[in-house]
Amino acid sequence: MKPVISIRGVSRRFGEFKAIDNIDLDINEGEVVCIIGPSGSGKSTLIRCINLLETFDEGGEIAVDGIGVERGPALASVRAEVGMVFQSFNLFPHLSVRENIMLAPMRVRKLAKPEADERAMQLMRRVGIEAEADKYPDQLSGGQQQRVAIARALAMEPKILLFDEPTSALDPEMVGEVLDVMKALAHTGVTMLVVTHEMGFARQVADRVVFMDAGRIVEFGTPEQVFTAPRETRTRNFLDAILSH
Amino acid sequence: MGFVETFFNWGVLTNALPLLLSGLKVTLSLGAVSILAGLVLGLFIALLRLYAPLPVSLMARVYIDIFRSIPILVLLIVVYYALPFVGLRLSPFLSAATALTLVSGAYTAEIFRAGIEAIPRGQFEASEALGLGYRHTMVDVILPQAIRVVIPPLTGNCINVMKDTALASVVAMPDLLKQATQAQALEANPTPLIAAAAMYIAILWPLVILVGRLEKRYRRVVSR
Repeated sequence: MKPVISIRGVSRRFGEFKAIDNIDLDINEGEVVCIIGPSGSGKSTLIRCINLLETFDEGGEIAVDGIGVERGPALASVRAEVGMVFQSFNLFPHLSVRENIMLAPMRVRKLAKPEADERAMQLMRRVGIEAEADKYPDQLSGGQQQRVAIARALAMEPKILLFDEPTSALDPEMVGEVLDVMKALAHTGVTMLVVTHEMGFARQVADRVVFMDAGRIVEFGTPEQVFTAPRETRTRNFLDAILSH
Repeated sequence: MGFVETFFNWGVLTNALPLLLSGLKVTLSLGAVSILAGLVLGLFIALLRLYAPLPVSLMARVYIDIFRSIPILVLLIVVYYALPFVGLRLSPFLSAATALTLVSGAYTAEIFRAGIEAIPRGQFEASEALGLGYRHTMVDVILPQAIRVVIPPLTGNCINVMKDTALASVVAMPDLLKQATQAQALEANPTPLIAAAAMYIAILWPLVILVGRLEKRYRRVVSR
């Protein structure tokens, strides 16, 4: 299988500190990959490099669907293929739910308003927020906002979806509704890269799991292998620490 | 003569009223032109200051600092009396509009910059991640939010520009103040001056109240 994301020798230094250190990683089309690891291990930095929200050091290479990720005219086409869902939702507060979802398809994909509206309606149904279509983000719960953010990313019909700790800012009772939407997505064939602390989700939904620590990939395998028979001591220590309570 | 005949002389007022009203018209149009031009200039300079390459951004910064330091009266006199020496002769109205716009543009630029910087980084990142270009990010996402933050200080700046139009009377522009002093000399009575002062207050008082309301209202919007 041809990888849809290919990462080669990617590092990101802040002065002396290496947020990520010489990462190699291939993600296949349609795969769901969860990235786990302690805070500050470079998980978010890594996925933010894929759509160049974070720049990476010279010498590293990332290709999305065969297109090199770098500043320049090709970046727009990479970003159109890569959707992102943020920890803090980042919805546009001055636009209604519907308008949040319609904006990028109209401006970037040049969709006419009726088509954009229809696509928004379908997506709102899919994530279960069609009743809130004309509300504004600050009238919604955190879980609803994150579902809008997922619909907004999907509206661009991306090949790849990046999730940067999508449930970390949610009240506990709302985590489930967002994870349910993500589970449903996982079966649609879209490639998903998910930074998460939800081990249950990783174990149940991921095709493969990456464990990162101190800017490096320590372990990369099936959930079965990583969670039940980790090869590395660091992985075992991390899992023991978070699964013990 | 008694107090009322001196300061609130009805006969003098009715005689001077046509002159005062024509002055008021000039004052209002000078204010409107300077405010609008200052807004456009200010937005442009704020964008240069924030996003242009370093040398240009530095120039924008120097512009802002210079025009916030120079007294408007000094600038006005330079524009009106000094520029003709290099062949640039502007009418009193244009001189005044130029001076007011240059200064208002500098203040407006700082207001817009603060407004744009108040928008969380996540808004820029979400726009980038969706593939929106610079223009759409600004026009569709950032500026509509920044406007809410900047409306109260911008209204405050409008009040200042409106007040500063009175300086134009020193370059012989027939604005409200100039016409009032003229009428006062003509009638040998200060009633036209009092009337002019009342007119300035009548225009600006509602704006002052509006600023207070807007500040209260948008503080709530921004903090939620």
